[in-house]
Amino acid sequence: MTSTVRTYLGRLLPQLIALAIIITAISIIFPGFLNLQIQNGRLYGSLIDILNRGAPVVLLAIGMTVVIATKGIDLSVGAVMAICGAVSASLITSGHSLVETLLVTLAVGILCGVWNGILVAVLDIQPIIATLVLMVAGRGIAQLITEGAILTFIDPGLIFIGSGSFLGLPMPVVIWLIFGILVALVVRQTALGMLVEAVGVNREASTLSGVFTPVLLIAAYVLSGLCAAIAGIIAAADIKGADANNAGLWLELDAILAVVVGGTSLLGGRFSIAASVLGAVIIQAINTGILLSGFPPEFNLIIKAAIIVFILVLQSPRFRTAFTYVSMPRAAGKPTEREAK
Amino acid sequence: MKFVKALASATILAACTFGSASAADLVVGFSQIGSESGWRAAETTLTKQQAEQRGIDLKFADAQQKQENQIKAIRSFIAQGVNAILLAPVVATGWDEVLQEAKDAEIPVILLDRTVDAPKELYLTAVTSDLVHEGNVAGKWLVDTVAGKPCNVVELQGTTGSSPAIDRKKGFEAALAGKDNLKIVRSQTGDFTRTKGKEVMESFLKAEDGGKNICALYAHNDDMAVGAIQAIKEAGLKPGKDILVVSIDAVPDIFQAMAAGEANATVELTPNMAGPAFDVLATYLKDGKEPAKWIQTESKLYTQADDPMKVYEEKKGLGY
Repeated sequence: MTSTVRTYLGRLLPQLIALAIIITAISIIFPGFLNLQIQNGRLYGSLIDILNRGAPVVLLAIGMTVVIATKGIDLSVGAVMAICGAVSASLITSGHSLVETLLVTLAVGILCGVWNGILVAVLDIQPIIATLVLMVAGRGIAQLITEGAILTFIDPGLIFIGSGSFLGLPMPVVIWLIFGILVALVVRQTALGMLVEAVGVNREASTLSGVFTPVLLIAAYVLSGLCAAIAGIIAAADIKGADANNAGLWLELDAILAVVVGGTSLLGGRFSIAASVLGAVIIQAINTGILLSGFPPEFNLIIKAAIIVFILVLQSPRFRTAFTYVSMPRAAGKPTEREAK
Repeated sequence: MKFVKALASATILAACTFGSASAADLVVGFSQIGSESGWRAAETTLTKQQAEQRGIDLKFADAQQKQENQIKAIRSFIAQGVNAILLAPVVATGWDEVLQEAKDAEIPVILLDRTVDAPKELYLTAVTSDLVHEGNVAGKWLVDTVAGKPCNVVELQGTTGSSPAIDRKKGFEAALAGKDNLKIVRSQTGDFTRTKGKEVMESFLKAEDGGKNICALYAHNDDMAVGAIQAIKEAGLKPGKDILVVSIDAVPDIFQAMAAGEANATVELTPNMAGPAFDVLATYLKDGKEPAKWIQTESKLYTQADDPMKVYEEKKGLGY
């Protein structure tokens, strides 16, 4: 048991170090950063903001991790967010119940995933091109649904998903925590995760050894579509309206970045959902930190890029070998260390 | 083929002479960019309304954000022999050739909402809003409202580097210049969106002692203000009272917020650019008098005193 915990921590160590450094740095620049208080019956503070604002990217990163583990990529998630936000807003404003609205919206997300999955798994189109189709077309579909305007709604149930709270935590945080744990359990407590990794490492070899790859691939894109649907509902509920032009814009890139910061290779194979979630939280911590720092907005992207380069260097194999060699020379060569890698 | 061409041009010529002979029923072509924003949709609706009121036959072409479609539309307007062309250019460059063709056909072109990088003699006039002036009107309102009391202002900028963001900032700062009681304490980009407006406002509130240090918010557009208002409410403060809210654009949703007392003022970027354009056109076609090369639309200030619910009802149907 302790060895599995240690393995797990070893895998997440670079991300945890990076997050700790960023949080320390922000709290030096801005002393009130770590303050937490109860306001309107929920925790209130910058740390909570990071978890709350990061919700869409965390959710997208969960689905993206599995897709990337199959050696794929899903560029359409931002557009699917826009579609699903538009669908939920138009359903709720046309008088459907909250349950109907949510179920139909999630189904639309799953449908988008099936579309991507069929293009990749059955028609054998390269994932970057296959998902580009929906990335480009999706925003148009969303605009058709909202008729080009921001579709606002006042349904308290739907708004609760964006800005309500449960057990003192904002709803979006509760949703991604539960969903993330659920997905991690399903892929890791069954053989699914291993099969996904096998497909990512060598699709042909997996097929030959009896893995039914098309279904597995489609399932990966369906998961990604579902994640995007949840993220889309949260984004729309947060501003009480569906903004087809801007909802989820460029978030597919942030999600891919979160997966990479989390240490999952774009070449497929081994993956860690927890690490990707940490990656997404790191990205949001950087964003929030920049906003609090009070730098002129022209610096935002430069600072973000510089910090991310630093994190990527931190986890590059060469740097890690050097780091391991210096810090714990005695541990080198032990079996746990090998597993941790 | 030659015969067909000759026939076609003869018909066009005939149509031209016929058109200018009876000024009462004008035919005007309108090449619109597309419908990328609510404001754009409202501009289209109002242009059609204005044309109808004046008995003008409006030929409408939606370019779906593509310059080539706009050029095609203008050429077809020329071929149809319209009396005038309204153009809302999607980009600033690359218009010289097609504008020259319109000039050769003696069809006046009026630019709406945006200008182009082309010699001024190629178009009749441009009807646009003055972005710097808009920021200035918002700033003046704030200066008058706080009336000398000390006031810390936070600013939600538009997309970094975009001309509305640069000019609306410039105009606002100019209005505040020399007023030592007003100070812009924080300024960040909210990318013109509700989501970013809310997120950035949350960070402003945290950074300025839970919002107690902030007396007013200036947002470069209404959408960011609407997002920020939600953030202020979630922080347990009253937008419109604890923190004054002034923004630009005058979209319908901000009037709902003003009616609820959550926003204080907005400066209108009028979607009615066609009205002034048709007025100028009528005088030009009647007297042949060249108008000024730039016609500035009014940047009207709306406050809570202007019956916001009524304005909301008026604007709601325009397609914002």
